[in-house]
Amino acid sequence: MFRSLLFIPGNNPSMIQNADIFPADAIIFDLEDSVDVLEKDNARQLVKNYLVESKTQPSFVVLRINPVDTSFFEMDLELILSKKVDYILLPKAGVDSLHILEEKLNEFETKYELPTVKVLALAETTKSIIEIYKIAKHCRVDGILLGAEDLASEIEIDRSNQGNEIAFARSRVVFASTACHILPIDTPNTNIDNEALLREDCLIAKSMGMKAKTAIHPSQLEVINEIFSPSQKEIEWANGVLAAKEENTGKGAFSYRGKMIDKPLILKAERILEKAKKFNIK
Amino acid sequence: MKVGTAGSKDSNDCFVTVKESDKTDIIIDSIVAAFFYDQIKATVEETLKEMNVNNVIVVVEDKGALDYTIKSRLISAIKRMK
Repeated sequence: MFRSLLFIPGNNPSMIQNADIFPADAIIFDLEDSVDVLEKDNARQLVKNYLVESKTQPSFVVLRINPVDTSFFEMDLELILSKKVDYILLPKAGVDSLHILEEKLNEFETKYELPTVKVLALAETTKSIIEIYKIAKHCRVDGILLGAEDLASEIEIDRSNQGNEIAFARSRVVFASTACHILPIDTPNTNIDNEALLREDCLIAKSMGMKAKTAIHPSQLEVINEIFSPSQKEIEWANGVLAAKEENTGKGAFSYRGKMIDKPLILKAERILEKAKKFNIK
Repeated sequence: MKVGTAGSKDSNDCFVTVKESDKTDIIIDSIVAAFFYDQIKATVEETLKEMNVNNVIVVVEDKGALDYTIKSRLISAIKRMK
């Protein structure tokens, strides 16, 4: 369960050495788009040595590797030998690329007796969005991250903060993820200097069912964590619902604050409190 | 003469140059040399030993890089030299 995941360019020592300090629920070390093609070896070596040698590490480590059809793919994947990688973020995820990744992970895990590495699928192509349910139900996949910039580029549309142009893709990610009990993660907001735009974007994503969001700058984390955490109002409502449930033991449905409460709302209240507990929000 | 370079002169990074030579020589220019010269040199020596590399001139232009960063840049420079 995450609220925020921060991208850190794999060839940036200044950011890497602070990876455990940033208030992100997970850190994504990026070997793909933020690294120049001539610096891939340098970035891979730097992230590898950080994971193996640094005494302090983030709570959760995600590694964005290069796509399966590049010469970097297998070398990137070897970083799981550090046993410090919790998730592989697979770019341009699709049924075929997941299959290739799965085979290679199985090979590494058997050969080197590694713990199972989970996968976050980056849905950033039209094909990913079409295949989304098959991606979501893959046994390795624990979450789907919508990559709206690549998607918009492929469709040849402009991105807006309101996000009407990605509403279909967002909904596909949310519905497939929810149906498969995995995490729907929203695309990053590229406005790193405008908190109001970020806040609006987060609220829209949350209202559509996204449960977490990626950040491309540490300054975005506070707003993302705030919006994707249960609010005081939600916590108060959830506590009230569960207290009313106790008072109405044996009843399938009961009234709370003038509204009928039954099983779906009780489950919602329980999820809110579970999330609040996880992130130590009282 | 084979040469390999890696890294940058940005803060918290270092720029490492490795050149083939007839003997091993380590040159360190660091903004924190007063405190960490010996540690940086030890990191370079240890990495050369681990990689079984001899007879190279290593130049480290350091802007406050941590040990694992220096080691990473040196490994990349050596691989690029080869």
